[in-house]
Amino acid sequence: MSLFRDQGVVLRTYRLGEADRIVVLLTQGHGKVRAVAKGVRRTNSKFGGRLEPMSHVSLLLWQGRSDLDIVNQAEVIDAYRFVRQDLPRVSAGLALLEVADRLAQERHADRRLYETLVGALRVLDDPARDPALVPAAFFLKTLVLEGAGPVVTACASCGLAEPEVELVSFDLLEGGMLCRRCRRGRPVSAGALEVLRQVLGGSLGAVLARPAPGCTEELTALALEAMEAHLDHRLRALRSVAGL
Amino acid sequence: MYTAPLRALIDELGRLPGVGPKSAQRMAFHLLRVPTEDALRLADAIVAVKERTTLCTRCFNVAEGGGMCAVCSDERRDVTVTCVVEDPRDIVAVERTGQFKGRYHVLQGALNPLEGVGPEQLRVKELLQRVDEEGTEEVILCTNPNLEWEATAMYLAKLLTPFGFRVTKLASGLPVGGDLEYADELTLGRALEGRRELDA
Repeated sequence: MSLFRDQGVVLRTYRLGEADRIVVLLTQGHGKVRAVAKGVRRTNSKFGGRLEPMSHVSLLLWQGRSDLDIVNQAEVIDAYRFVRQDLPRVSAGLALLEVADRLAQERHADRRLYETLVGALRVLDDPARDPALVPAAFFLKTLVLEGAGPVVTACASCGLAEPEVELVSFDLLEGGMLCRRCRRGRPVSAGALEVLRQVLGGSLGAVLARPAPGCTEELTALALEAMEAHLDHRLRALRSVAGL
Repeated sequence: MYTAPLRALIDELGRLPGVGPKSAQRMAFHLLRVPTEDALRLADAIVAVKERTTLCTRCFNVAEGGGMCAVCSDERRDVTVTCVVEDPRDIVAVERTGQFKGRYHVLQGALNPLEGVGPEQLRVKELLQRVDEEGTEEVILCTNPNLEWEATAMYLAKLLTPFGFRVTKLASGLPVGGDLEYADELTLGRALEGRRELDA
């Protein structure tokens, strides 16, 4: 039983009792943490709007005997105010939180996942950047962190690379792109393959600095399918906000 | 240990929100002790609320007997202003202010992509149909200041504004009686954004 400090991003919240909430956080040093924020739903709560989903906060938490910690203090590092004012950015942000919630392990720090999430939220909060490609880029990057990144430089089945073969489709079972001879799964356009390679090949910053490419929808569908196959779970956020 | 009817009562009471097994046991024994007519009054109230309470055919507030709710039946209410809320309990909160004289529309929830709640699970279609038919001029989005409702408000504004409705949202800021030093950055930032000029 002890107090500890950490930083974290609020992934989601659940109502608890009359005025409390359970807050699920992805923390820097303790992985996924579930904590009770007492009285947070009251208008005079000391936490105010600090513990809303997507908020990046600095916390003082009490770890007792139960699985649920208790939030003692919370200060905002970044509330991502611009994200909250724009529907497509809110939708993209929620998609990131849902995946981070699924990937994070309780009480098991994953600094790279944490930093990738904070980085992606910062990009979403930048009015100069287009939010459309951010969910797909985040899914692909986190798949790489999980050791499940797709093969995009050669055929995942026969191993032959361009220019010997032309990579034309993406297959989840093979784990990446396939050449014309081995092709199965979802067809992938040359433009989408190019962006896919840039995202996974270290040019993500440059890709996100440009307006979203025409193949964004295609890439998002591909990344969503790959992430759902990895998690063995149907993701809700991107699907339910698709028509908004 | 318990008789079958007592066990059944404890089990049923234990299914109520916020009631644990110990509280359920205490309530059940309390009901055993009180005069029969008191216990029957509670039973009758539960039966009546289930049998006679329905949703208002116009605004989806709670109503009695399959018709319209008290607000929608009141001819004195201003039909040009519609206040959109999440839940019938929010109507009670707004009515307590005594400052709103228009009509309501209960959405029966808020967009929650993380739980898979999209517009089709809410009474959005009915709202659009109502405001079009009833001569509404202003739609007040009376939303809880959280992420789900912010998203819902943005979505509704996107749907309603192109048709010429005035779409407004509740002001967001500091609670009366609170201390400025304890205000969080989001709330204080919004209070600053929504500041008003003082008349001398």
